[in-house]
Amino acid sequence: MSAEMLVSLLLTTMTAATPLLLAALGELVVERAGVLNLGVEGMMLTGAVSGFAIMSLTGNPALAILTAVAAGALLAAIFGFLVLSLMSNQVATGLALTIFGTGLSALIGTGFTGRPVPGLAKLPVPVLSAIPLVGRLFDQDALVYLAIVAVAAIAWFLKSTRGGLVLRAVGEADLSAHSIGYPVLRIRFLAILFGGAMAGLGGAYLSLAYTPMWVENMTAGRGWIALAIVVFAAWRPWRAAGGAYLFGGITVLQLYLQGSGLLPIPPQLLSMLPYLGTILVLTLISSGPFRARFSPPACLGKPFRPPT
Amino acid sequence: MLHVDRRRLLLGAAALGTTALAGRILPARAAGPFQIGFLYVGPVGDFGWSYQHDKGRKAVEAKFGDQVKTSFVESVAEGPDSERVIRQLASGGSQLIFSTSFGFMNSALKVAKQFPAVKFEQATGYKTAPNVAEYNGRFYEGRAVCGAIAGHVSKSGVIGYVGSFPIPEVVMGINAFTLAARKINPAIKVKVIWVNSWFDPGKEADAAKSLIDQGADIICTHTDSSAIVQTAEARGVHAFGQDSDMKQFGPNAHLTAIVNHWDDYYIARTKAAMDGSWKEQSVWEGLKDGIVEMAPYGPGVTDAARAAAEATRTGIIAGTLHPFTGPVKDNKGTVRIAAGATPGDADLFKQDWYVEGVQA
Repeated sequence: MSAEMLVSLLLTTMTAATPLLLAALGELVVERAGVLNLGVEGMMLTGAVSGFAIMSLTGNPALAILTAVAAGALLAAIFGFLVLSLMSNQVATGLALTIFGTGLSALIGTGFTGRPVPGLAKLPVPVLSAIPLVGRLFDQDALVYLAIVAVAAIAWFLKSTRGGLVLRAVGEADLSAHSIGYPVLRIRFLAILFGGAMAGLGGAYLSLAYTPMWVENMTAGRGWIALAIVVFAAWRPWRAAGGAYLFGGITVLQLYLQGSGLLPIPPQLLSMLPYLGTILVLTLISSGPFRARFSPPACLGKPFRPPT
Repeated sequence: MLHVDRRRLLLGAAALGTTALAGRILPARAAGPFQIGFLYVGPVGDFGWSYQHDKGRKAVEAKFGDQVKTSFVESVAEGPDSERVIRQLASGGSQLIFSTSFGFMNSALKVAKQFPAVKFEQATGYKTAPNVAEYNGRFYEGRAVCGAIAGHVSKSGVIGYVGSFPIPEVVMGINAFTLAARKINPAIKVKVIWVNSWFDPGKEADAAKSLIDQGADIICTHTDSSAIVQTAEARGVHAFGQDSDMKQFGPNAHLTAIVNHWDDYYIARTKAAMDGSWKEQSVWEGLKDGIVEMAPYGPGVTDAARAAAEATRTGIIAGTLHPFTGPVKDNKGTVRIAAGATPGDADLFKQDWYVEGVQA
């Protein structure tokens, strides 16, 4: 495999990983606040179709991305109301949100199927993009950079800011956080909104940059992969970035290997590896010495009823 | 047009339970328009397989107007669930039902036994019954036309082929394409990448990108989305569309597309069912009968390529050319089809080897 091919492989991996990473980061924050939202796929689809519709109607990429973010957040708000205010079961509500989002996106998208739009413009990084060979890696659209910046920002927020500490407290010990005066439900609601916005953004990346078009169900399961990445990353942002690049990278790698005819094992086996990895992580964090270090947020998926 | 979705069908299921029983005893013939039901495996907006079947439905409506009433159920899962949907269509008064995916076949046959007065049309299958006909397109003929174009247009001699699943239908297409391309340029190599999905635009695009990175200057696809044509356009190479004319996704990249054209068949079968001349049959037709059509040639098709494509197309229509006429060697060097021989349909459906020049 030549150096040029390797760069191409990395380039394709970056674009394949970006939607996964955006959605996974959002879900990571939601889960760190103690809420499990399985509706990522539905929110991604709704974001994808809303962004595409606005792009197709106005041709304004910034407006399209903002709409996608808003659409994802709006769908998340419904979820937030149901699980926080009405205390419905988070797993069931999340699944329902995915089904709802799939249907809703198909409905919104009926008039937009088959319409091509221009993809997001590439923004070359000055200096870096001029390097021969690897320079191509620094000539991407805004969302690819944004995803990487978001990893750093979220990692910093969770680790080093007061807000992040409060959010984690809410996810680890909701009752304690409540007893020292933090508005648990409000914080969770904001986290859910953020998760929806990021999922919407991930969806918009698919319909505006990755394959600039709208077709029903175009996420093809990426929302579920994002959920797997959060577990795989043991709820840490930088590991989520690694996970997204690994999941995206292996998919792309097996395609390249198939094309080169060098693959000694069936490609299905290779595609399976990231999921095996997820199961392995789940096994490790459930017992043994890793349990304390990598355990999920203690209040994950549990409804919180403020004591009266 | 009455659009019934699966959820509404589910709601109606209880109410229909009794009607279903009546349907067994009484022929499901109601006064008023002739009712036709359609079953699709994907969304009608997929711009591919299901989209083309729905175009056929619309053609029937346009042709017969008030004499017919059509309804469709989209995104029906193959397997047991389809049986329920077919039964509900039948008991709901449909007199002719088109089930348009391979995985609906056994369900259609089962329901057909309970509704002998209802006619069934099964797209892509291999079993028939007195009231079940089967129809399919010889898409490999279209692949041969594409191959003739690719043989002339490809400069690098490497052609990328994005496959869904390695089933005979897809393998047959790869082989017909490669044979036709190598007839023009014996140095042609076809690289196949399986994405193991009928529909995943992102993955299809990634596969196309990796093929382009590995030197392919034409991308051929046997998956259901238009992502390939779009990727080819963005990267400045050529591509063939699949199922429907995909030129709007890549005006420069699009060479041609294999278009599934069911309109005439659907109109003919509806007419037969209405006037009572409908008979059980098994139809596997291609370019000659118009089930397989080629989309208009794009700007990348040179004069030589166009001439070769037309020669292939007219040769197949006239019956003077068969894409699989021997000698055909597989990619391990074994002779699979003897010189001058042509394989029968049964052999085509068993193809599990690649011709010389395919790297899969």
